[in-house]
Order: sequence, then C-alpha cells, then structure tokens
Amino acid sequence: MELKTKITAEDGKQELVITREFDLPLELLFKAYVEADIVEQWMGTKVLKLESKKHGSYQFETTDAKGNKHRFNGAIHEFSLNQKITRTFEMENTPYGVQLEFYEFEQLTDDTSRLRMHVIYESAAKRDQVLALPFTQGINMAHNRIQDIVNKLK
Amino acid sequence: MNLRRDVFQAIADPTRRAILLLVASQSLTAGAIASNFDTARPTVSKHLQILAECELLEQKQNGREIYYHLNAKNMKAIADFIEPFRQMWDDRFNKLETIMKNYKPKK
Repeated sequence: MELKTKITAEDGKQELVITREFDLPLELLFKAYVEADIVEQWMGTKVLKLESKKHGSYQFETTDAKGNKHRFNGAIHEFSLNQKITRTFEMENTPYGVQLEFYEFEQLTDDTSRLRMHVIYESAAKRDQVLALPFTQGINMAHNRIQDIVNKLK
Repeated sequence: MNLRRDVFQAIADPTRRAILLLVASQSLTAGAIASNFDTARPTVSKHLQILAECELLEQKQNGREIYYHLNAKNMKAIADFIEPFRQMWDDRFNKLETIMKNYKPKK
C-alpha cells in the first residue's frame, strides 16, 4: 500500500519535501491552515495569533505533559487563497533556527486535493537535527526519566 | 564492522538514549552530560565512548574541553530514522482530514 504522507530528504541537502493527498476538496484543506480554531484542533496547539495574509504573522503555544510551554512563531510572506502560503517557522528558545516553508495546495478532483510542503533550513546539519527530533523522542517514550532531564536543561 | 547492528545495540540502553536526546539540541561536554545522571561519571564516560565508537556522537575539541554532538547522518543508519518524523506528520494530516470531513460552515 502506498503511503499517504511522503517525505523526501536527500542526503546533505538543507531542505525537505513533505507531500500528502487528502480526501478533501481543496477549499477545505486550505481552510484548515487559515482558521485558528481548526489549526488548534489538528496541530494540537494553542493559537495565540494567526494573521492569514501577506505581511501577517502567527504564534502558537503548546503545553507538554509536564506543563512546560513551548512557543512557535513565524511571518507570512505570501498568501494566495487556495493556492499557496509562504512563511517562516521558528521554535522559540531552540537551536534549530528559522526555517522557510512553502505550502502549495492543489486540487486533484472535486473531492481530493494535495499539499506539497517544501521546507528549507539554515543548513543541512540543522535539517538533520529537526528530522532526528521525533526519532530521539520516540525511542525515549517509555522512559519518563528523560522528560526530567530535558526539564533540568531549561 | 556491522554499523547497523552496533547502532541498534547502542540505542538499546536507556542511558545512551537519554544521552542522544540531551545532545540532540546542543553540544555538551562529558561533564555537562554526566551531571544529568545519578550514575557514576566513569559509567557515563563508557556510554559516551560506545556512542562515539558507533559514530552516533561526534567529538569536537574546543580549548581544553571536548564537546559531544549528535551525528544525525549516522542516525540514518538506523532504517527507520525518518519514519517517526513522517509518522508525526501523517498523524497530524489524518487528524486534519477527519476534522475537515466533519466541518460544518458556521453560516
């Protein structure tokens, strides 16, 4: 079976591409990126600010199991309804830097659509660090101790 | 040397996994890493040595101190290195799809 979500991350490059096909009309897919209350639901985050327009900006805040708050923010550089969003993304207080994100929305049929997410990092090393995050966190899931260690670093 | 087998052995240990997570976000000295564990310093040093040997950690000399940082490139020797990242996005997109399938316009 073909995977619905695909990642392309070539060795030594500072970019990656995520593609996904949705059983959703294009307009509904796009809306999920634009309306704060919907973003909150599927991203599992609190939306502090989301100005879906050119020169707009956004800030999200998530709370982890220990009650620590993590913030994410960025600026919206390009906003074309049902077509494209270009924005920056930054995890605050982390060493991963600012990434540039291009979201391209495409209609496939009346009921299906595709998202292509092209992300460019400051360096290949930073991209690999971000890619490694869910992996390193995943292998530690069973070890609550790890959370304590990370908390000590803050 | 079978790098992949060694890598799997390296991450089979909870302390070594904890070390990898620590250095995933920043380079640290052996002392700084050891200070996060109750384990004796030589034990932590041994773990660092194993992680360095199978090239999951890289060492960089900075003055008198040696800093350890994650060698993300070799983490890829583990077959499913990218899979948790893909899975994370897949979960999010599945959620998005479900929410929007049930979406009712407010008007």
